[in-house]
Amino acid sequence: MSKHLLLTALADINESLRSRWFIIYTLIFGGIVVALFITGLTESRIMGFTGLSRTLVTYLQITMAILPIFVLLTTVRSVAGDREAGIFEYLLSLPIGLASWYWGKILGRFAVVFLPVFLAMMLAVVWGALKGAEIPWGQVIIYTAMLLVLAWCFLGMGMLISSLARSSDVAQGAAFLTWLVLLLFLDLILLGIMISNGSSSETVVLIALVNPMQVFRTGAMMLFDPQLVLLGPSAWVILDTFGRTGFLIWSLVYPAALGTFCAWLGFVVFKRGDLP
Amino acid sequence: MININNVSKIFRQTKVLDGINLDINKGDRIALVGSNGSGKTTLIRCLLGEYIHEGEILVNKLQPRQHREEVLKQISFVPQLPPPLRMPVGQLIHFSAEVCHSDPEKIYTVSESLGLDARKFKSQAFVKLSGGQKQKLLISIALGRDSKLLIMDEPAANLDPEARHSFFNLLAQKQHDTAMLISSHRLDEVAALVNRVIELDQGKVILNDQVADQVDMESILDCEIQLTHAEPAFAKMIEEWGFISSSDGMMWQGNVAGPDRLRFLGAVSRYSGILNGINMKEKS
Repeated sequence: MSKHLLLTALADINESLRSRWFIIYTLIFGGIVVALFITGLTESRIMGFTGLSRTLVTYLQITMAILPIFVLLTTVRSVAGDREAGIFEYLLSLPIGLASWYWGKILGRFAVVFLPVFLAMMLAVVWGALKGAEIPWGQVIIYTAMLLVLAWCFLGMGMLISSLARSSDVAQGAAFLTWLVLLLFLDLILLGIMISNGSSSETVVLIALVNPMQVFRTGAMMLFDPQLVLLGPSAWVILDTFGRTGFLIWSLVYPAALGTFCAWLGFVVFKRGDLP
Repeated sequence: MININNVSKIFRQTKVLDGINLDINKGDRIALVGSNGSGKTTLIRCLLGEYIHEGEILVNKLQPRQHREEVLKQISFVPQLPPPLRMPVGQLIHFSAEVCHSDPEKIYTVSESLGLDARKFKSQAFVKLSGGQKQKLLISIALGRDSKLLIMDEPAANLDPEARHSFFNLLAQKQHDTAMLISSHRLDEVAALVNRVIELDQGKVILNDQVADQVDMESILDCEIQLTHAEPAFAKMIEEWGFISSSDGMMWQGNVAGPDRLRFLGAVSRYSGILNGINMKEKS
């Protein structure tokens, strides 16, 4: 099984590396880092951050907005698109187990969506080091882990949507809607309104805790802004309830668990239905 | 070898397969014919374990869906439409050979016999090949491995006459120990390759018959055609079969693969008004 899984992963990586979306995807994340250098963020010192820290937190905030929708759309587009184009019909006529195929595809896609984001961040670190900035290694490691679980989380969701939707149009619509709902439930947009309307703090915290984008956002900001003054009111409740360490653990464990659950559910749906 | 018992498949309240019962045995070379929408592709996908369905399919007593790997190791498949794979040709060959436990060299050898030097295209994306090249490569992958059942969906549609002849030779080598299921919407395309015909219509088997099995798949016919007058459209068609004309364009000579004779005569019959004589003789 592991051999077929690796072969499928490599085949998927090869397919992705030759596709247009991957080039655009890589250019966007590489471009963000370059744009941050050009705008001189590495040089600025605001609220006591070092320049590199500011670059990283800006990069992560932008990533939070772009990465989920990019991972969702490219995953559902390529998986549902491959099914429609007859790629599944042919490749699944070869003696590969469905588990090897499905998890191999996820593994390949994960490498493809995570590496450009990670490499762009490393580019920022190297640039900072060359400029003589102090490298906040602890933050870099936690940020890398956060990016990793964010990519995994939305990849799992994308695979679930791909398994449920029978056409790439439906899959893309569902992916976009998922992203939009999560975006609307971000702290500053909805939760503040809910609090001002008198919703209970438990509801607010619960929504903030189950929205992976919000979890990522709060976790990322927490490293730079321990009092979370830059975030909205729900963040304070979270901080009071969870504590810093507790929330950082949650921000790594929850998206990873959610992504794994979605991917597993997608696999159950995939293996029970028609394959092509 | 294969038992199909009361298999039905419904897509959104439309019954695409309706209680199919068939047995396929070793040595059977079956033409699976029927018009578009008759259920040919659906039946093939059920056989490959790609569709869930009512009823039961057993390949050597194993269900394709429950025992995917064991069953698919025994089946080679050539799809009607080549998948738009972006992976390089070399990687596709390597990938297929690895998962099928076959030797990539055998695939290269088969592709050479079909007139495709796959090594030359190793680093080229599969999707960038021409239609004929893709078809040759998919046939090479299917025939370059050991299997007990060969399922082919319109396999020779994109092949030139020379490649068709090589293809028939390769099938001839496998005919005694492999069952073949060749799908086509036209019987004349595959008639000479098969010894049994199954026709589907609206998801039901309406014909299941043995046919005369007298055509030697490796045979070649010497052919000579005489025309009443030269005709550019005829010249274009017959040149695609590799024929050579006399200087005045009235006489054409060439070879036709034995199993292709019906298809060839079908093509020539469109010009019956200008035919003055046809002579076909099997080469000894």
